[in-house]
Amino acid sequence: MNKLMIFGFSIVLFFAIIAIFAPFIATHDPGKIDIENILTGPSREHLLGTDSLGRDLFSRMVFGARISLLVGFIAVGIAALIGITLGAIAGYYGKWVDIIIMRFVDIMLCFPTFFLILAVIALLEPSIINIMIIIGVTSWMGVARLIRAEILSLKERDFIYAEKAIGASDFRIISRHLIPNAMAPVLVSITLGIAAAILVESSLSFLGIGVQPPTPSWGNILSEGKSVMGAAWWMMLFPGLAIFITVLGYNLLGEGIREKLLRS
Amino acid sequence: MELLKVSNLTKIYPKHKVAAIDNMDLSIDKGEIFGLVGESGCGKSTLAKSILRLTDVQRGSILYKGDDLLKAAARKMQGIRKEIQIIFQDPYLSLDPRVKIGSALEEVFLIHYNYPGPKRRKKAAELLDMVGLGKSYFNRLPSELSGGEKQRVGIARALATGPEFIICDEPVSSLDISIQAQILNLLMDLQEQKALTYLFISHDLGVVASICDRVAVMQSGRIVEIGLCEEVFRNPQHSYTKKLLDSISLT
Repeated sequence: MNKLMIFGFSIVLFFAIIAIFAPFIATHDPGKIDIENILTGPSREHLLGTDSLGRDLFSRMVFGARISLLVGFIAVGIAALIGITLGAIAGYYGKWVDIIIMRFVDIMLCFPTFFLILAVIALLEPSIINIMIIIGVTSWMGVARLIRAEILSLKERDFIYAEKAIGASDFRIISRHLIPNAMAPVLVSITLGIAAAILVESSLSFLGIGVQPPTPSWGNILSEGKSVMGAAWWMMLFPGLAIFITVLGYNLLGEGIREKLLRS
Repeated sequence: MELLKVSNLTKIYPKHKVAAIDNMDLSIDKGEIFGLVGESGCGKSTLAKSILRLTDVQRGSILYKGDDLLKAAARKMQGIRKEIQIIFQDPYLSLDPRVKIGSALEEVFLIHYNYPGPKRRKKAAELLDMVGLGKSYFNRLPSELSGGEKQRVGIARALATGPEFIICDEPVSSLDISIQAQILNLLMDLQEQKALTYLFISHDLGVVASICDRVAVMQSGRIVEIGLCEEVFRNPQHSYTKKLLDSISLT
């Protein structure tokens, strides 16, 4: 493990712990409005200051970590599920199955994803669930390509012929023997994908069509901060930093895993 | 008694437009060790894969106990897979690197008999004993085993369903000389105990001469000479057989 990878892993772990233990870490109720303390700067009472409704920014950031990371994880989980399934089927069966699935991948890649998400969210209700699903179903293509490429080479290996010879079903061969052996490069893609999904969620929330207030996410805190930027610098600095550092952490971790795999 | 009969078998690789197997006829009797020799790339392994339906062929028939394997429905073929098994050349490549030895053996009992866990483990342990590996191998990964040990696992896996006919596709050619002898002895012992029939594919004429009853010589997808092992090696008829024999007497 190189230093950058450990650094990335530490960041990922740090924010994961914050998200998991949010109720214990938060100093205030993230939804509690306090009109006597509107837009106060960082202080001992309010570590990162308060927002335009007097809510404690630190507590909102801590609960926002939950939402932002959850969206990242679930969205990438959905993407991985779709990508692994379709990629494995395309790679294993080949021929017309492969052609159809991979052309579908090409079509999906042709869409400017972000605008597709914007359009779909504009039609649907911008709930957390919808956002996770829409990010998931627009970002599985990379995983599908990686899995397919791995399986194309794995399926010609003798141990797969050995499985067929003992009568293992296609489902068993794909799920027990091909996918586990093809997961290494996908792991990198998934790690980088989490970073990308967090960014997309933040962007959507920033534009006001992501996670809806009063539920805090880093993106919508940033969005609220935009209107009071001149008066309250902390409202944009801290969520911006959190997004930046988290994305950096997942990217460093992903790159670290990639390098490790290349070497072995 | 005829166990396997291959007629007019033709396999063409579409990309290369070369016949890997060219109108081949072959028959193997029950209980014999049938050698198949020829240089690499002559279609020996393709024949092995065709018999097990691991690759598609264009023409011909492969009769096993009178049933055409190439026309057998999926369910029928699943039953036949219990009777025909294969041992691969390279044990490094023929075991899933992520599956422990015990699980790899148990898998066969799960697929064919759906035995419950404890019975699967017992059966798998019996197999390990049969090929001279102890129960201590149960929880090891293939990467923790030597080549010879892995090939024993490969043999154990092939024996799991109690087959009658085993295709040995170069089972010793990737092993050290000293290990080769051990594995060959194991194969010979098993053949005697269980009255197995072997199709023994090899490019090593010495090995074939020492264990096979009959031998076929294969060149670019065709069988050029076939006969009792002793006769073919003592008095080769075809120029290609002579060339093969000359090449080993030189080395």
